[in-house]
Amino acid sequence: MSDAPTVQTAASSAAEARAADAAHTGPMLAADGTPLKKSLNRALRLQKVRALALIGPLLIFVLVTFIAPIADMLFRSVENEIVSNTLPRTTDMLAEWDAKGTEFPQEPIFEALYDDMFFAKEAKLHTRLGSRLNYELTGVSSLFRKTGRKVDDMGEVYQDQFEDLDDFWKTGENWNSLMASDGWLVAMDGWKKSDGKQPPFELREGIAEMLPATTETYVRFADFIQNQDEDNLYKKDPWAIVYSSLHADLTGQNSVASYTGPAAAELKAAAAAAPAFETVNFSEAFRDIDKDWHALDVWQTIKVYSPKYTSGYFLNAVDMQKSVDGPELRPENERIYGILFWRTIVMSVVITGSCILLGYPVAWILANLPVRQANLLLILVLLPFWTSLLVRTSAWKVMLQQEGVINDTLVWLGLVATDDRLALINNQTGTIIAMTHILLPFMILPLYSVMQTIQPSYLRAAKSLGATNWTAFWRVYFPQSIPGIGAGSILVFILAIGYYITPAIVGGTSGTFISNRIAYHISSSLNWGLGAALGAILLAAVLLLYYAYDKIVGIDNVKLG
Amino acid sequence: MANTKSSDAFVEFERVQKSYDGENLVVKDLNLSLPKGEFLTMLGPSGSGKTTCLMMLAGFETATYGDIRLDGVSINNIPPHKRGIGMVFQNYALFPHMTVAENLSFPLEVRKMGKSKREEKIMRTLDMVQMRDFAGRRPAQLSGGQQQRIALARALVFEPELVLMDEPLGALDKQLRETLQFEITKLAHDLGITVVYVTHDQTEALTMSDRVAVFDDGRIQQLAPPDKLYEEPENSFVAQFIGENNTLEGTVQDIRNGIAIVKLDSGELIDAKPVNVSKAGERTRVSIRPERVEYNRERLQEDAFTLKAEVLEFIYMGDIFRTRLRVAGRDDFVIKTRNAPDQDRLTPGTQIEIGWLPEDCRALDA
Repeated sequence: MSDAPTVQTAASSAAEARAADAAHTGPMLAADGTPLKKSLNRALRLQKVRALALIGPLLIFVLVTFIAPIADMLFRSVENEIVSNTLPRTTDMLAEWDAKGTEFPQEPIFEALYDDMFFAKEAKLHTRLGSRLNYELTGVSSLFRKTGRKVDDMGEVYQDQFEDLDDFWKTGENWNSLMASDGWLVAMDGWKKSDGKQPPFELREGIAEMLPATTETYVRFADFIQNQDEDNLYKKDPWAIVYSSLHADLTGQNSVASYTGPAAAELKAAAAAAPAFETVNFSEAFRDIDKDWHALDVWQTIKVYSPKYTSGYFLNAVDMQKSVDGPELRPENERIYGILFWRTIVMSVVITGSCILLGYPVAWILANLPVRQANLLLILVLLPFWTSLLVRTSAWKVMLQQEGVINDTLVWLGLVATDDRLALINNQTGTIIAMTHILLPFMILPLYSVMQTIQPSYLRAAKSLGATNWTAFWRVYFPQSIPGIGAGSILVFILAIGYYITPAIVGGTSGTFISNRIAYHISSSLNWGLGAALGAILLAAVLLLYYAYDKIVGIDNVKLG
Repeated sequence: MANTKSSDAFVEFERVQKSYDGENLVVKDLNLSLPKGEFLTMLGPSGSGKTTCLMMLAGFETATYGDIRLDGVSINNIPPHKRGIGMVFQNYALFPHMTVAENLSFPLEVRKMGKSKREEKIMRTLDMVQMRDFAGRRPAQLSGGQQQRIALARALVFEPELVLMDEPLGALDKQLRETLQFEITKLAHDLGITVVYVTHDQTEALTMSDRVAVFDDGRIQQLAPPDKLYEEPENSFVAQFIGENNTLEGTVQDIRNGIAIVKLDSGELIDAKPVNVSKAGERTRVSIRPERVEYNRERLQEDAFTLKAEVLEFIYMGDIFRTRLRVAGRDDFVIKTRNAPDQDRLTPGTQIEIGWLPEDCRALDA
């Protein structure tokens, strides 16, 4: 019994250790006393870094080529800066205007419009804005283009009068001697084109206080000439709008009487003559260019789309429009997107259903054949993947048309009268047939891989327990193949809902999908905002359906292989 | 061989043949008959045709020729689901999408049994395999042994008179296998059901069965109760396949008074019981069980032949000692002795003399 004390000691020391563990309430400690969590993290850090390095290239690739473009497109569906960027003064002043009233805007707004249009025309931005607003109100595009052509004439009334008064006002050198600082004039004197960048324009001291409007306009003019046109500002004669601003300054409250700088004499003479000049009424001048400038809806459209971000594209995408009274439904004959969305979803469901019906037996055969034969059949299933999508779709065009293979065969068999051939293409039937064929492999492959894992002994067991072939299939085999159906359906449905080549070729007008409309807006009408909004809604619909699937069937039940 | 049609035969195979490819017979002229309540094991190496026989009985394979009868009725053309035969599969084949109770309920539902009666039967059957508490679990939540109990329960719940088992314990560890062997045998006897059990594990076959059919090459080599099979193998395949066995080859020199004198290839003479030999000059293999070999001269008969042997290896195995010897030019001759207090432990290198009773040494086919 000499062992007994030793045993006792061992037992008691183990008990002490347990007691110590129990008493220790803080974080678990590693052998060296650092918190266990910390040393575990340190041990895992290297693994994490290595894992990140492995997926890094793909992650960056996906971010740059997938996530970023999608985010950019989604952003375009609400972005609307073009209006306020092109017509900054006009949109500012329109904030005060009552769009719901019956009065079109007053003279100051037209003055601002003249200002904005003049610079927009010089930068050739007015046609872009015209196209943008034309999505909302037909005719705006030509209105803007026409106005751009004639906006020069409006300011020339003042230019001519100043130039008639004194030839001094005709040349850019004289203007610069009045507006620019001495330092800049000296710098420009020695500048040649070969020297590279022009010295940036500098204002003469005090000129801004004396001629505020002229200064502002001249600075914008100078900036445009130097930075956009990259012309020699020193020799450039000013635009007509500068003369309008000068007239406004000289007839305003500021006096030039105390001015003693360069060209003081000419300025004072002009100031004396200016009040007697013929003036321009911009409101009427714009009306003379196009009477639409005195139409309420043009101004309402500009005001409604003034903000930098708009819900207009999304409203358009759901057959609504943005008006001064808030969102409203479009007239019945202008609603197309609701129908298209509904058709896209219904047809995708039908296509998914057809794929299940046709694919299930094939997958079953594949899963139950010996490996060699199964592989051969699998190649036949995959064969469509090796053929161009366009070729396959075009082949269906040959098959399905009125004088096509199928109709000819049916007529030959006497099933269809020759003057009553079936319309199988350029309608929904054509789209469903061709897309079912094209998407079938995406149903068969997941089904096959799931069915492969269902052992034949399950069916044998069911039969030995007394089940008929059908009961054994329906109660035992089918439930186990549901994960494959789920995976195949999600794949096929999501692919179908965004498909556009096949519907475009065989769908005619009644068999096209929403994606065909998106493609139209991206490549033909160039209304990217609306295309982006439609795409965003489609994306949201897919995510919603995915979520619903997860809630009802459970995404864990999906097996892709 | 029990190939006569007895009136109490419950399952009968008559001249059954099976070929998959039209060239080779997997099952050759099988005749087998078993009475109600018998536990019969089909034992054999893989590819011997035993599983094919079971599948033909269950209805998953059709016989190429011959007749299979169940309770006197030919079942060749009856589909599996109408045969009313319970079956336990090697991989259990429990339906993974159903709970234990639903698995057991399945055969009752397809028989259109009422709900209350179903539940009563399910619970009673689960009690039989001591799995009542697991009714709500899914098969994936059970251990291998538990799954096999459920598979057994499912095969029994609709009260079939015949239950087929296809290597049901093959995937389990040794201890669990032994427990379940005992439970299955007990259940089968208690319920009075007829069982056809397929295995390649001879221990399983010997411990569980009323009779064992040893399969090889598409034929039944011997059909006999376990003890007879072990002690009186009818040919050298059975002798080799069942239990451990020592084989010596030689030629029959004489047969006298029911004892054959065999001249071994190494020149020594031994006596043996003639089983598959009838006259002098025939080649033969003699078979001696390791535990029937005696090396204590005093326990042998006076006139017994003895052979010289050299101890090569002594292995201590707990309950027995296993000693490997060089005998008649072969060094794979094994003897087994019980671990008794008075037993010698032979040391390698020792020269001994071994012998046996003539009836323990069987002269079989070459």
